[in-house]
Amino acid sequence: MTIRFEDPNRPNSYIGRTVPRPNAGKLVAGRGRYVDDIVLPRMVHVAFVRSPHPHARIGAIETGAALAEKGVLKVFTGKDLAEICTPWEGKLAHLQGMKTPPQHPLAVERACWVGEPVVAVVGRTRAEAEAGAALVEIDFEPLPAVTDIRTALDKGTPVLHEALGDNLCFRKSNEAGEVDRVFAEAPRVVEATFKTARHTGVTLEPRVIITDWNGADGQLTAHVSNQAPHMLQVLLAGHLDIPESRVHVICGDVGGSFGLKVHVYPDEVATAAIAKIMGRPVKFASDRVEAFTSDIHARDHEATGRIALDENGMILGFDVDDWTGIGPYSIYPRTSAVEGLQVTNLIGGPYAFDHYRCRTSVVFQNKGICAQYRAVGHPVAVAITEGLVDKAAAEMGIDPIEIRRRNLIADDDYPKTTAAGLKLEGLSHHKSLDSLIEAMDYEGLRAEQKDLREKGVHRGIGIASFIELTNPSPFMYGIGGARISAQDGCTVRMDPDGSVVALTGVTEQGQGTEAIMAQIVAEAVGVSPDLVRVVTGDTRVTPFGGGTWASRGAGIGGEAALQAGRAVRQQALEVAAAMLQAKAGDLDVRDGIIVDARSGEERLTLAEVGRIVYFRGDTLPKGLPRELMQTRHFITSDYPYAFTNGVQASYVEVDTDTGFVKLLKHWCVEDCGRIINPLLVDEQIRGGIVQGIGAALFEEVCYDASGQMLNGTMADYLVPMSAEMPDMVIRHVETPTAESALGAKGAGEAGTAGAPAAIMNAINDAIRPLGGTVTHMPFTPERILRALGTITD
Amino acid sequence: MKASIGGYARAESVPHALSLLGEADGVGRILAGGQSLIAALNLGVSAGDMLVDITGIETLRGATLDGDRLVIGALTRHGDIARDPLIAEHAPLLAAAAPLIAHDAIRNRGTIGGSLAHADPAAEYPACVLALDATLVLEGPAGRREVAAEDFFLGLFETARADEEILTAILIPCARPGDRHVIREAARRAGDYALAGLAVVRREGRHRIGAFGLDDRPVLCAGAMAKWDAGDVDGMIAALAKDIDPPSDTQASASYRRHLAGVLLRRIAAELGEAQ
Ligand SMILES: Cc1cc2nc3c(=O)[nH]c(=O)nc-3n(C[C@H](O)[C@H](O)[C@H](O)COP(=O)(O)OP(=O)(O)OC[C@H]3O[C@@H](n4cnc5c(N)ncnc54)[C@H](O)[C@@H]3O)c2cc1C
Repeated sequence: MTIRFEDPNRPNSYIGRTVPRPNAGKLVAGRGRYVDDIVLPRMVHVAFVRSPHPHARIGAIETGAALAEKGVLKVFTGKDLAEICTPWEGKLAHLQGMKTPPQHPLAVERACWVGEPVVAVVGRTRAEAEAGAALVEIDFEPLPAVTDIRTALDKGTPVLHEALGDNLCFRKSNEAGEVDRVFAEAPRVVEATFKTARHTGVTLEPRVIITDWNGADGQLTAHVSNQAPHMLQVLLAGHLDIPESRVHVICGDVGGSFGLKVHVYPDEVATAAIAKIMGRPVKFASDRVEAFTSDIHARDHEATGRIALDENGMILGFDVDDWTGIGPYSIYPRTSAVEGLQVTNLIGGPYAFDHYRCRTSVVFQNKGICAQYRAVGHPVAVAITEGLVDKAAAEMGIDPIEIRRRNLIADDDYPKTTAAGLKLEGLSHHKSLDSLIEAMDYEGLRAEQKDLREKGVHRGIGIASFIELTNPSPFMYGIGGARISAQDGCTVRMDPDGSVVALTGVTEQGQGTEAIMAQIVAEAVGVSPDLVRVVTGDTRVTPFGGGTWASRGAGIGGEAALQAGRAVRQQALEVAAAMLQAKAGDLDVRDGIIVDARSGEERLTLAEVGRIVYFRGDTLPKGLPRELMQTRHFITSDYPYAFTNGVQASYVEVDTDTGFVKLLKHWCVEDCGRIINPLLVDEQIRGGIVQGIGAALFEEVCYDASGQMLNGTMADYLVPMSAEMPDMVIRHVETPTAESALGAKGAGEAGTAGAPAAIMNAINDAIRPLGGTVTHMPFTPERILRALGTITD
Repeated sequence: MKASIGGYARAESVPHALSLLGEADGVGRILAGGQSLIAALNLGVSAGDMLVDITGIETLRGATLDGDRLVIGALTRHGDIARDPLIAEHAPLLAAAAPLIAHDAIRNRGTIGGSLAHADPAAEYPACVLALDATLVLEGPAGRREVAAEDFFLGLFETARADEEILTAILIPCARPGDRHVIREAARRAGDYALAGLAVVRREGRHRIGAFGLDDRPVLCAGAMAKWDAGDVDGMIAALAKDIDPPSDTQASASYRRHLAGVLLRRIAAELGEAQ
C-alpha cells in the first residue's frame, strides 16, 4: 500500500495540495464555539485574588466583606482547596536531580510571584465575583525575592524554597569530545554573551475553562481552551480523586495556543475543584491583564558561548553555558527544564563538528512560571549558534554564506548522530541554502548593501540555519513518567451517504489540523475532502492521544489518519467486491466512486455501498464483515524525534541616528518532509516568523529588581503587528521521513526557531562596520544606540 | 476586569450635558469617543462614574471657518480630521497628525476634544495645539470661557478644565501662505503612542515647537524656539534637551528619548531647509 506522492495526477491526490480549511468559514463568520460562548444552566463565575507581591508569607485572610457583597456565593482559600485537591510537582524521572516543591491550586503558605492566585471568589457573574475579590483582605508579609538569574545560586542570595536547599531546579551538561583541549589549541576561538527576553504567548483567545461536577453520576466535565485534552483528563482525575473514566474534557474551538495551553494552571485546577465542591458549573475566563501575569512565560535565558575553528573556518567545537530563570515552580507536568535541555541538545545542530559542551542551569525566581512555548529552546539555541558562527565569520573575513557551506552537515551524510547526540534521519541543509541564495539573490543584495553604505544607508543581511525537533516519541515525556501520550490515533467511519467522519486525538488551535486531516482521510478513502468531517478535542469521542504540540499533529496524527482511512477504503472495496462479484484488488475508490482499477470504469458509488451495508446487509454474503469504521494508532520507533531543517534570511535597514530597525524582507527555505497542504505550511512558517520577529524586536515581559512586573497590557507589551512585518518568501525542500507512509515531519515551529537569529545577524551585519553588535533581545532602538555608543548614560 | 460604572445618560445638547454633570454629584464623567475612557474603566482605574455621553450633540462635530480662525468642534473624530479638506487647508498640522494616532478603529471613534481633555503627554494633538497657538473653548455652569493652549496643560493628565466644564471647540489661527507645519514622531509600531514626537509651526521666520512623549505634559519648547528663530540650529538642539524632561519606562530611558527628540528636530529643521 503505497501512495505515489511523486505523481500529482494520481487519483484523489489531495495530499500535497492547497485545499480550503473546512473550519475557516465558520470562524470567519463568527460562528465558532469557544469556551466563552458556552452558557450552562446554574453556571457561576470565579475571579481570583492574585498576589501583588513577588514573594510574601500569607497571613490571616479576611473574607467576610467579600461574602457580604451582593452576588458573591463562596470564597475559597488555598487551605480550603488543599482539602480536596492534591498538589503537584512538575518533575520528570529521567531529568536527574530535578527539584521543585509541591504546588497547590491556590497558594497556601507563601505567594511566590506577582499574579499567583491566592483566593478564589465565586459570584453569580464575573463582575460580582470581581467586586467580591476586591474586598478580600490578605495579610501579606513580604519576603525577599530572587530575581536575577546569574546570581540565583550565589551564597548571598536568599533561597526561595527553603526545603530545597538552594535555588537550582535542574542542571545538565551535555558533553562530547575534548572541549578543553580543543579550545586551548584552536587557531581561532570566538566568544559572545547572549540574552533572550522573557516573553509570553499572547493568544487571541485567553485561557478559559468551564468545569461542571455532576454529583449524581460522579462525573466531571471540563470545557477548556487547551491543546492536550487527554492529558488534562488524566491529571484532573488524579488530583481531584475522580476515576479517569469519569472525567470528560472537551476542547472546542481554540483561539491560538502556541504551547501556552498545554500546561496545568493552578487557576484552572482551582476552578475544577470549586465545581466539585459547589456541585455546579464554574467558569473562569482569564482577562488580558491576568494573562500577562498568569500565563506561562518563556525564553528567559542568558548564555555565554564560545566557538572554536581552525584556520580555514572549519568549526571544531562549541562550548556554551546557558542559564535560565523559570519562576518559582517547574511547570506541570512537562517541567520547566525542557527549554534549557533543548538548548543543550540543539546548539550547533546544523553543523558537523566533534567537540561539544553545553550546560544549562535552570534556576528558581520570584517571577511568572516559564515553560514550553512555540519552538521550545530552539530560538535560544539558534541565536547562540548562529550569532557565534556569524561573529567568527566576521572576524575571519569569511562570507556568512561561505562559512555555512563549509560547515553544514553534507546532504548525503545521513543518517548521522551529532556531537550533541541527536540522531538525524535525513536533512537538506545545503539544498536549502542553495535555494535561499537563489530566492534572495544574495550577490545582488550584497552589491546593493555596498552601494547604499556609501550613501550612509546601513543595511544588513542575516542568515540563520537551524534544525527543528518534531514528531516526538515517548523519549520526550513518557519516559519520565508523565502520562503524556506520544502515540496518536484516528478513527475513520463511513456513513450511509458515503461521507466520512474522522475522529482524531490531535487537536486544532487555529493552525489547520482539521484541514490536513480532511485531506489525508479524503485521499486515503478516495473521497473529496468536503465529504470528510473532522472531530477533535473530545476525550469521550476521539481515540486516546496526545493532542497537538511539538509539531506532532501532521507527522503522528496524520499517519494514523492515513492508515485508518486506507483501512476503511479496504473495507468498502471488500463489500463492493462482494456486491459486484469482483476482486477487491481489481477495484479502486476514486472521488467517492468504486471503479475498475485498470480501466477507471465506474461501477458503484460509495453511497450505494453505504446503503447496502447499513440498510440491506441481508443481501451480502453471510460472514462478510459489514463494517465501515476503523481505528489506527501510530507512534514513531526508529528515531526519538524527526528533525527538520531550514535556513532563514533577513534584510534590514538600521537608522543609526534613532536605532530603529526596518525589516525589508525575510526569506525562509525549510524542509518539513512531506507537505500535506502548501498554503498551511507557508502560513505556519510565516506566523512562526512573526513570533520570532516579536522575540527579536518587540516582546519582553519586564520585571524590576524586586520582582514587580512593569508591563502587562497590550499597550506596553509589544506584540508584532502587521504594519512592521516584512514581505516573506517561503520555499520548500521535501525530505520525507521513512518512518511513516505519509512521510510528514512537523512545520509548526521552524519559523519561530530561526527568525530571531536571522534578524540579530542582519542588524549586526548592518552596524558592525560602525563598531557595534547587539546580542541582547529584544533589539530595541535604545539597545542598538547603546551598542553603537551613541547613548552612554 | 469588568468595568464598573455608576450610570449612563445621553446628552442632547451642551446645556443638557452640563445639567447632567451637575446632577451627578461630583462623579459625572464625560464620555466622548471612549477610546481612552473605556480602556481606563476596563482596567479599573476609575469606578462608579456617572457617564454623560456627549456623542449625540451634533453641534460639536466638524470644522468651520470664523474669519481667520478655524473652529473645530470637540467631537470631531480623528478620522474626520485626517480627511476634512478645510482642516487640511487651514491647519495642515492636525491633518498630518491624525493618521499618526492609533489605528482606523480608534480613529473612527476617538475625538479631538477627548484627546485634549485627556491630555496624555504622549498624544499628538496636545502638542499640535501648542504649536498652533490655539485656543480652547470651555463651557460650564458659569458660562463660556477661552483658554490659550499654553495655559491649558498643567501636568500629567491634568488640565485647566474644571470637572463640570465641557471642552466644546478648538480655535486655530488659519495657516497663512508660506507657513510650514511639520509633525514627526518615532513610535515602535505604527499607531503606538510615540516614544518622542515634535510638532512644529513656522510662521514668518518664527517657530513654535510642541513636544510630546517628552515630559509629563505636552511642552512648548521655548528655549529651542528662541534659538531657532535666531538661526542657531546646534543651539536649538542643545536648548531642546533642556526644554524637556522625558520619562523613563520599559520602552525607553529618558536619555534615549532626549537624544531622539534632538534627532527629530534636526530632521524637521532639514526638511524646512535649515543648513545643518
Ligand atoms: C490602542 C489605542 C492606541 C491609541 N494611540 C494613540 C496615539 O498614538 N496617539 C493619541 O493621541 N491617542 C491615542 N489613543 C487615544 C485616542 O486618541 C483617544 O481617542 C483619545 O485620547 C480620547 O478621545 P475620546 O474621544 O475617545 O475620549 P474619551 O475616551 O471618551 O474620553 C477621554 C477623557 O476625556 C474626557 N472628555 C472627552 N471629551 C471631552 C470633552 N469634550 N470635554 C471635556 N472632557 C472630555 C472624558 O471624560 C475622559 O476623561 C489610543 C487609543 C487606543 C485605544
